[in-house]
Amino acid sequence: MIAAIVRNGFRQLRRDRGALILSFILPVAFFSIFAVIFGGMGGGNTPRVSVLVVDQDRSPVSQRLVQGLLHEPSLAARTHPEAKKGQPAPPDYTAATAETAVKQGDAPAALIIPQGFGAHPIAFGPAADRATIRLLHDSSDMVAAQMVAGMLQKVVMTSLPDTMASMGMRYFEQSSGGLTPQQRQSIDSSLARLRAMGPLPAGNANSGGLVALDVRDVVGEKKGNPMISFYAAAIGVMFLLFTASAAGGSLLDEAESGALDRILSSRVSMTTLLAGKMAYSALLASLQLMLMFLWGAAVFHLDLFTHLPGFFVMTAATAFAVASFGMLLASVSHTRAQAGAIATLLILTMSSIGGSMFPRYLMPATMQKVGLLTINAWAIDGFTKVFWRDEPVWDLAPQVAVLLGAGVVLFLIARRFARRWEYA
Amino acid sequence: MAAWEAAAGWEPAPLLGYHRLHVPPLPLQVDSVVKRFGDLTAVAGVSLEVQERACLGLLGPNGAGKSTLIRSIAGRVRPDSGSIQVFGQPAGSAASHAELGWVPQEMALYPLLTCRENLEAFGRYQGLRGKALRSGIEWCLDWAALADRAGDTVKTLSGGMRRRLNMAAGLVHRPRLVLLDEPTVGVDPQSRNRIFEMVEGLRKDGTTVIYTTHYMEEAERLCDSIAIIDHGRVIANGTKEELVEQSFGRHSDVLMRFASSVQNAADWATPRGGTLQDGVAHFAVAQPTEIATLLDAAARDGLEVVDVVLRRPNLESVFLHLTGRDLRQ
Repeated sequence: MIAAIVRNGFRQLRRDRGALILSFILPVAFFSIFAVIFGGMGGGNTPRVSVLVVDQDRSPVSQRLVQGLLHEPSLAARTHPEAKKGQPAPPDYTAATAETAVKQGDAPAALIIPQGFGAHPIAFGPAADRATIRLLHDSSDMVAAQMVAGMLQKVVMTSLPDTMASMGMRYFEQSSGGLTPQQRQSIDSSLARLRAMGPLPAGNANSGGLVALDVRDVVGEKKGNPMISFYAAAIGVMFLLFTASAAGGSLLDEAESGALDRILSSRVSMTTLLAGKMAYSALLASLQLMLMFLWGAAVFHLDLFTHLPGFFVMTAATAFAVASFGMLLASVSHTRAQAGAIATLLILTMSSIGGSMFPRYLMPATMQKVGLLTINAWAIDGFTKVFWRDEPVWDLAPQVAVLLGAGVVLFLIARRFARRWEYA
Repeated sequence: MAAWEAAAGWEPAPLLGYHRLHVPPLPLQVDSVVKRFGDLTAVAGVSLEVQERACLGLLGPNGAGKSTLIRSIAGRVRPDSGSIQVFGQPAGSAASHAELGWVPQEMALYPLLTCRENLEAFGRYQGLRGKALRSGIEWCLDWAALADRAGDTVKTLSGGMRRRLNMAAGLVHRPRLVLLDEPTVGVDPQSRNRIFEMVEGLRKDGTTVIYTTHYMEEAERLCDSIAIIDHGRVIANGTKEELVEQSFGRHSDVLMRFASSVQNAADWATPRGGTLQDGVAHFAVAQPTEIATLLDAAARDGLEVVDVVLRRPNLESVFLHLTGRDLRQ
């Protein structure tokens, strides 16, 4: 009896493509996505934190530190903006241009090595005379500043071993009352050998406050929690996609009930019907986003009302794109169940690689680029520009253009697929 | 002007002989329509004409091609060849949609909307606004006897009420030609009578109706003329009397049931011009007195007759006669 029930269950599952996708393809797809993001595809694709480096000191010590930072595998350090193809390398960052670049989101952090760093680079404790490196960062990336600070300490240890030893001996001399000439000669020759050896291999260092750091949030210093607007957009877009796919699914309900035939035998054309459904879906999506941001403003002090123009522009563009996505999903599916399964698979995939589940800056560079194929990534980037970077509306042009363009393309494809409903 | 001239749509013109009068186009003209789905020919060269205010019944078994023909008239199926004109306009054109009301077999309604909201939605899709829309809705609610349920959602209605609303939703724009595709499928006898009254109400208002069914009693009650469709072809067309006359002349049906085996009954009936259906022998007789001859012959051959019925042939008999199959097969 139990065997008959089991066999019956498997027979039904075999004929239910939606359930098959949800049961087998979705878990494997998700496992793969998370493995790529957090497993680094076998370690060859570890996420690296971008950091801009400004050397105001230009001493041998500061230059060795810069080289150490440039070669640190966990960091993607740059001293100047990337050169365009066929163009000479642009000038090095200054403190001002590096700060602007961080504010614009080109990199989440910048290190400014001040003049005089070479003379007093490190200290084994609080010391008034040591130079303070400035770390400018964008707190919307919660990881970058801490990672750069830690890596800086490590790089100091691995690139300036002689400086560390020299400072150690200075402390020893101060506390022991001085060295004999023979001891001094022996230590100097050891320090010379250390200098000649170059940087120590990475991985031998431990962290410590060797370098004085002045950490400053240059983007969100006057803001509350930077992640509120991020998550309002990130979660909002994910659920918008679900809503739009459900709204598009009404087309399948109408096809199933025969109402679609009746509508198309009236004065309503297929294009008009799709446009109407899409308008409804886009309005619904806009209302959802407004509700989310209003809730964010009321409960989490999201600064909605000083960003209304940018908010409305991004809301309209995002709603248009997700509504088209819903139309396409409905037009390629044959049943509600199939549409539901495809929607779940696509939306969860898009949301995970597009930054709705966790920020894209946590992902490997390749995954960050792949994420740009999703509506989520462009929408989140646009909302971040509005609420976090306070950028003017016209700076949203790339995001708006991509979202509107995607909306038009998806709609046209949906219209093409919808021809199957027009006539038998 | 002579009566034949008027009937033919001609009138004398001074000095110039005759010229054509304006003749209003027929509600429906179907000319040699063929529709194939892969290897299956659903409609195989159907031609039909329907006069204004008429009610044409399309009678045929399931799969005969009735719904494909109806969907072609509604513009939802594109024939492979042939033409269909609705009041002179090609089927599927905006002008034909305005003149046509199609009631599909399926319950093509929005279950979460009320009766009134459904009618409003379909009225707007037909381009109705303002007063025309309001009066269309009120007429429909009245016609379908749903005025007291106007504010109830479809999912709370009984099966019969849903059927009536489904019909009303196709007529909210008050079309002159109405296609009813098996409107009584799955309906209890009481609701069926209600639907018949609705169709008769339409006819009184002068609406032209095309009514598909595989129930011959519906076709007999509602339709002036009947087209019998089988395997995508119109195999007979005319009034009920004409169809019976064409198939049986003035003959009547004699149905005989025997106590003996079916094989014995068949062996006995066939040489005498009878056919056996479901164990019952059918004979066509010109005079009722011929029953006595059949009974004598059966007794002579040792067959025990259990039951004998004499009846005038009906549409079902015509269908059986023309196709050798029962209408409900």
